[in-house]
Amino acid sequence: MRLFEYTALQIKEKIISGEILPVDLVKQFIEHIKIIDPHVQAYLNLHEEDALQKAAQIQKRIENAEKVGYLAGVPIAIKDNICTKGLTTTCASKILRNFIPPYDACVVKRLKEEDAIILGKTNLDEFAMGSSTENSGYKITRNPWNLEYVPGGSSGGSAAAVAANLSIMALGSDTGGSVRQPAALCGVVGVKPTYGRVSRFGLIAFGSSLDQIGTFTRDVKDAAVLLQVIAGHDIHDSTSMPVPVPDYLREIDSGVRGLRIGIPKEYFAAGLNEDVHNALKDALRKYEQLGAKVVDISLPHTEYAVAVYYIVANAEASSNLARYDGVRYGYRTSKSNGIVDMYCRTRSEGFGNEVKRRIMLGNYALSSGYYDAYYLKASRVRNLIKGDFDVAFQKVDCIVCPTSPVPGFKIGERAKNPLEMYLSDIYTIPANLAGIPGISLPCGFSKEGLPIGMQILGRHFEEEKLLQIAYAFERETDFHRKKPVLKFSPTQKE
Amino acid sequence: MEYEVVVGLETHAELATVSKLFCGCSTKFGSEPNTQVCPVCLGMPGVLPVMNKKAFEYALKAAIALNCKIREYTNFDRKSYYYPDLPKNYQISQNYHNLGVDGSMDICVHDRVNRIRIHNVHLEEEAGKLIHPEEAGADYSLVDFNRAGVPLLEIVSYPDMRNVDEVESYMQTLRKILLYTEVSDCKMQEGSLRFEASISLRKKGSEKLGNRVEIKNLNSMKSVLKAIEYETKRQADSLDRGETIDRETRLWDEVNEKSARMRSKEEAQDYRYFPEPDLLPVVIDAKWLDEVKVTIPELPLARKQRFMEVFKLSDYDTSLLIEEKILADFFEGCIKIVDRPKAFCNWITNDLLREVNDRKLDIHHLPIRPKQLAALVEIIEKGTISSTIAKEVFSEMIQTGKDPQAIIEEKKLAQISDEGFIEAVIVKVISGNPAVIEDYKKGKKNALTFLVGQVMKETKGKANPKMVNELVQKKIDA
Repeated sequence: MRLFEYTALQIKEKIISGEILPVDLVKQFIEHIKIIDPHVQAYLNLHEEDALQKAAQIQKRIENAEKVGYLAGVPIAIKDNICTKGLTTTCASKILRNFIPPYDACVVKRLKEEDAIILGKTNLDEFAMGSSTENSGYKITRNPWNLEYVPGGSSGGSAAAVAANLSIMALGSDTGGSVRQPAALCGVVGVKPTYGRVSRFGLIAFGSSLDQIGTFTRDVKDAAVLLQVIAGHDIHDSTSMPVPVPDYLREIDSGVRGLRIGIPKEYFAAGLNEDVHNALKDALRKYEQLGAKVVDISLPHTEYAVAVYYIVANAEASSNLARYDGVRYGYRTSKSNGIVDMYCRTRSEGFGNEVKRRIMLGNYALSSGYYDAYYLKASRVRNLIKGDFDVAFQKVDCIVCPTSPVPGFKIGERAKNPLEMYLSDIYTIPANLAGIPGISLPCGFSKEGLPIGMQILGRHFEEEKLLQIAYAFERETDFHRKKPVLKFSPTQKE
Repeated sequence: MEYEVVVGLETHAELATVSKLFCGCSTKFGSEPNTQVCPVCLGMPGVLPVMNKKAFEYALKAAIALNCKIREYTNFDRKSYYYPDLPKNYQISQNYHNLGVDGSMDICVHDRVNRIRIHNVHLEEEAGKLIHPEEAGADYSLVDFNRAGVPLLEIVSYPDMRNVDEVESYMQTLRKILLYTEVSDCKMQEGSLRFEASISLRKKGSEKLGNRVEIKNLNSMKSVLKAIEYETKRQADSLDRGETIDRETRLWDEVNEKSARMRSKEEAQDYRYFPEPDLLPVVIDAKWLDEVKVTIPELPLARKQRFMEVFKLSDYDTSLLIEEKILADFFEGCIKIVDRPKAFCNWITNDLLREVNDRKLDIHHLPIRPKQLAALVEIIEKGTISSTIAKEVFSEMIQTGKDPQAIIEEKKLAQISDEGFIEAVIVKVISGNPAVIEDYKKGKKNALTFLVGQVMKETKGKANPKMVNELVQKKIDA
């Protein structure tokens, strides 16, 4: 097995024991990235020198038998909307082309404290707005399983990096499915924690009441390991909750015997791809074999979720993105006539079309005379959607459904039709509106050989149970072990 | 036509916290530009606000002092507009759930108490400051963000004022309440207290409000009053000409004492308020409310009334005393030691204030303590020194901070009540002024006053004046 194929749990033991040297590991990764990434385009920026330096440091400490962190020497990739001190953080937007944050995001700080090694920053849809990573201001990331397909989005770079062995794990952010959907499309494990479980400090805001940083890993146990490091209250984020963080690995082996799994009928309606449907049916049969009870439930307000989401998220985005004005940092137009002209040119030149579209929609929904009809009404329906989950979770321990209605789509296929693109997140959006945690894990393959993801949703702050339920399935299946075979000759560049 | 002017005021007061509303940066005034900033108050990507609890409590305190209903649940909203001094291009403020609503403040105009209703009191963040270069033809401006994020209290009154006297009293009373509650230093010259007026006219006797005009850029209370006078006349002239008043915002030009249109109602900003998702709603429970309530001192008007009743002081005297909380506190400090309210009132409102003005002292750092003034009054009462000498001692106390007893001993200022000594001086004075004695005997009674004066002069004012009077009389009548 090549070094970059190990999981974090495996690699971290081998590093501590001295069997693998962190510097060798990082070198192998960089070498591999340099061959593969020109085809996948997962990374926006590689931090080769920093990574090697950090690896050497950790190596030295291990040699000296000094204390090292929980993730000592484990390579990780970071979505480029998460701030890294001293390293460019662009949100895949031209408007932040040269932005170098003077601070680390809380999660980055915690990763560094645990001696993880940041390999680089990954591509995304500009400001995390999209479901295909085609909206990046810099490059289009490809799905390692089939380079003609999108990796999903908006954290497509992180998902593709983990799938193509360009990193062992990665961080993403999930506002309406931006971790779970690309995880499903790339055949990796993606966790969106409860809103308030992980600090948002340093995550460049899109929809502040929906955003949550999430994980990409090769298996469920690694998800537990990574979540362990990033979860927990942070005084710099008032919306992060002072709820204790359990040991996520402790109960992961407990199985699903006696647990009740809810199947929402609204999520298995028309529009669901047959392969996805079949894979889910098989998965549920597996869960029954393992001793869980599968129960039909209803989440009656599901049909409004996408509409509510695009009002709430865009309203918040229109305000969050107001600060990119060319005054203090980031891109500023080269010539302008007065302050208003400077604002207009800077923002017209700096933002891409999808971002502009959402800023306009958001401002419209908040404008005087429309606020009640749009934002306020959406907030009320959002409460109904939350209520649906509250009712459901009185009957069941978790909800299982598809992550994405389709196994994938080709690059360019949906780019011209925003509405169709928005429907990619139909199954993932409700969890963000309700603030509940969700996980996506591989549960099969389509006829074209694209991976299919199963989504498990749980109660607020019950990530531990989600991981346990996910692991019970993973332990009995091999879907997560399958790796994409990249369809290009390693020496040929596109 | 006769019109009635209707005025409402919006007041902004910077709160006197050490750090900013949503980050740990200092709020100190007057530092080098952009030295009190951090990623949070600069609105950099990915940063989040964290509420300064002290600032919130200050706001709460002011809202309670202004008799507002305090909502059990309050939250913050984003107010969006683009301006280079506003780092996020939205201001975290309150709109849908203001901290305090439906309050009131009593003002006193021409000895009559008048109640002005307060629409709401809310907390928000201050913006930065634009600096426009002085060189001619400069095509840029600079921004100083030191002030950005300083906690700002906004107090919105109802349009309950009907003349400039009421407006002046409103501003003065509000300022005093903010000073008494110690939530703001109210330094208008540093911009920590600012007013905006909305003014409308209506026919005398009419109930219907006219279109209101908002006036901004009022840098002092004087400007507020001048602007109201100007605006009243401008609107009255317009109405007399049969024109209508547009609802608009005007800017006050302090130099030319004129207002000019800034924007019309049609151009008014759409602030697109929506709830701030980065902050949790604040729940104010009864316990917290009680804790804040007990920190509110007796407010100026109540204190004035008490001083008049308990200490039998005049309206004028008490007005002077309560003008500054520190003076009223000083007065009460003295009273606790010696029960001579009138004497202390005179010392404070005359001598102390004169010394403060003459020597340009900071009233918050007085060189003497109530204990020392009380000691001085006691010494006078005992007859150790005369009131004339007392003024000298007081002046010395202000200069040196020493106790009156020490000054008296050092300078040998104690009153002389030794009969033999005084008599000896009298004999000397009489023998030196035979002509005066003649005059006296001829019936010139003011000759006595002259002799007393001579004796006081001889003793450098230290002789007990009462004794001198009696003894001189006795001597020349003998």
